[in-house]
Amino acid sequence: MRNIWIIWRKELRTYFVSPIAYILLVMFAVIFGFFFWNSLGYFVNMSMEAMMEGEQFPMNINEQIVRPLLANVNVIGLFFIPMITMRLFAEEKRSGTIELLTTSPISDVQVILGKWLAAVSMYALMLIATMLDFLFLFKYGNPDWKPLAIGYLGLLLQAGGLLAIGTFISTLTRNQIIAGALTFGVCLLLWVLGWVVQYETATWAQVLSYMCVVTHFDSFAKGVFDSKDAIFDVTVIFLGLFFTARSMESLRWRS
Amino acid sequence: MITVKELTKRYARTTAVDDISFEVQQGQIVGFLGPNGAGKTTTMRMLTCFLTPTSGTATVAGFDILEHPLEVKKRIGYLPETPPIYPEMRVGEYLGFVGQLKGLNGSDLRARVDYACERCSIADVRTKLIGKLSKGYRQRVGLAQAIIHNPDVLILDEPTAGLDPKQINETRDLIKSLAGDHTIILSTHILPEVSQTCEQVIIINKGKIVATDSVTNLQHRARSGESVLVEVAARNGIVEAATVQRKLQQVAGVSSVTPKADGQKRLIFEVAASKDRSIRGDVARAVVESGWDLNELRPAALSLEEIFLQLTGTEAPAEMEAVAAGGGNA
Repeated sequence: MRNIWIIWRKELRTYFVSPIAYILLVMFAVIFGFFFWNSLGYFVNMSMEAMMEGEQFPMNINEQIVRPLLANVNVIGLFFIPMITMRLFAEEKRSGTIELLTTSPISDVQVILGKWLAAVSMYALMLIATMLDFLFLFKYGNPDWKPLAIGYLGLLLQAGGLLAIGTFISTLTRNQIIAGALTFGVCLLLWVLGWVVQYETATWAQVLSYMCVVTHFDSFAKGVFDSKDAIFDVTVIFLGLFFTARSMESLRWRS
Repeated sequence: MITVKELTKRYARTTAVDDISFEVQQGQIVGFLGPNGAGKTTTMRMLTCFLTPTSGTATVAGFDILEHPLEVKKRIGYLPETPPIYPEMRVGEYLGFVGQLKGLNGSDLRARVDYACERCSIADVRTKLIGKLSKGYRQRVGLAQAIIHNPDVLILDEPTAGLDPKQINETRDLIKSLAGDHTIILSTHILPEVSQTCEQVIIINKGKIVATDSVTNLQHRARSGESVLVEVAARNGIVEAATVQRKLQQVAGVSSVTPKADGQKRLIFEVAASKDRSIRGDVARAVVESGWDLNELRPAALSLEEIFLQLTGTEAPAEMEAVAAGGGNA
């Protein structure tokens, strides 16, 4: 536990001594802010129209602002995840510091967990930055906080899986760019996989679509905690970290 | 302290380390000598549990590298070829991080960081970013990192590579001063380093141990018969190299005469004696009696350089095997 904490602290520090943490936080907050402003404007417009026409159109902040926003955060996150994970192992391999970590009395699993948790913490910080916008909703409206909380939990779980995959990919190369590009490709693929069911209903299409990480976020976005989706995310996390451990072990045979 | 038994590392197409065995006693400095690509780094990486051997094993401080890697790692300080430093960290912070990794804590950790800084003379750059340090300082930070947890064994991979001559001397002195507390294995392809720093030398080539012995023994052994360098100068005018060579050849006990350098005024020859003959007196007399000046007469001890080339070179395989066999008995 102590060893995991040592690695976690060092990794998180590394994010913040370089500009990368600030770039990620600011970019994410700005892009999210833009989406927030957009959907808020749309919501305000809709409610104005509903009032003018005198129709009792059901308006719901959670359904019409929170849910699409969280779905958007989820997709934007896919673009940011490679930037969080690409450095983790690739840089250690390039600079040779991986030899320090693997010759210290600390297990591979502790190194991996420390690094992965640091990546998750970085993403969590980015999510916290987006909560700022939601504060306005609470100030001027009355959204339900529980679906929002579940939505954030879903975001974190899903990102945890993708970050684990990114961590794994980072162990495969000593070049950060390659690690980043590969992770980005995999994230993108895991997102668009779900689209096949739009024109194909065969079993293989169903399976592919089930592997799409984004479809597993739908119920979270609605504010519903579905254990089926949570288990999917946890499985991805576990698989990603498992492959990372295997890949690190193979270093002892190859390099 | 270290026992290596039939250690082998094979990659897909090559055998990097081929069935090597050796022992290192406590408190010794052992030089691991060999040309680039001989398998020095691979061997060290296996001893530090960074690589897993294909077959064979080793024990460090009584612990097997395969069965108790964590115990071995606690007792080894390792400086890889490029110091494992994080350029974005400050020196003190970095040593603190490594100390924690090695299991140090609290006041113990602070004391060891202070000690390592002082020992490696990096106390003056403690608050500097490692990325801004010169190569010499980085190397010393690397050494400080290796000794931070007071390990029984230090494994240093080319600790002087890429340093300037002054830094090389400082680093060598530092390593020598560490020898009392630690058993040290250091690798190098620079020969003077071994003769200056190490007591024991292991010469490795193409993954096999070619010789293990003490530095002085090795120098002795490679010298089969006595061999002297003679510098002859003309007293007046010019002297013919061929004449001198013929004259030297006639001295009793001389087996061969090889011209080394030849100029207008002075000539140098290497004169080899047949086994167990002392020829220096006779050579001197022969030169003087012929009316030439004897400027210099000194034993031509084989430098470590020549031994090394002899042992690792392909042109003298017979000699190589002879010395290697002797090394096994030593």
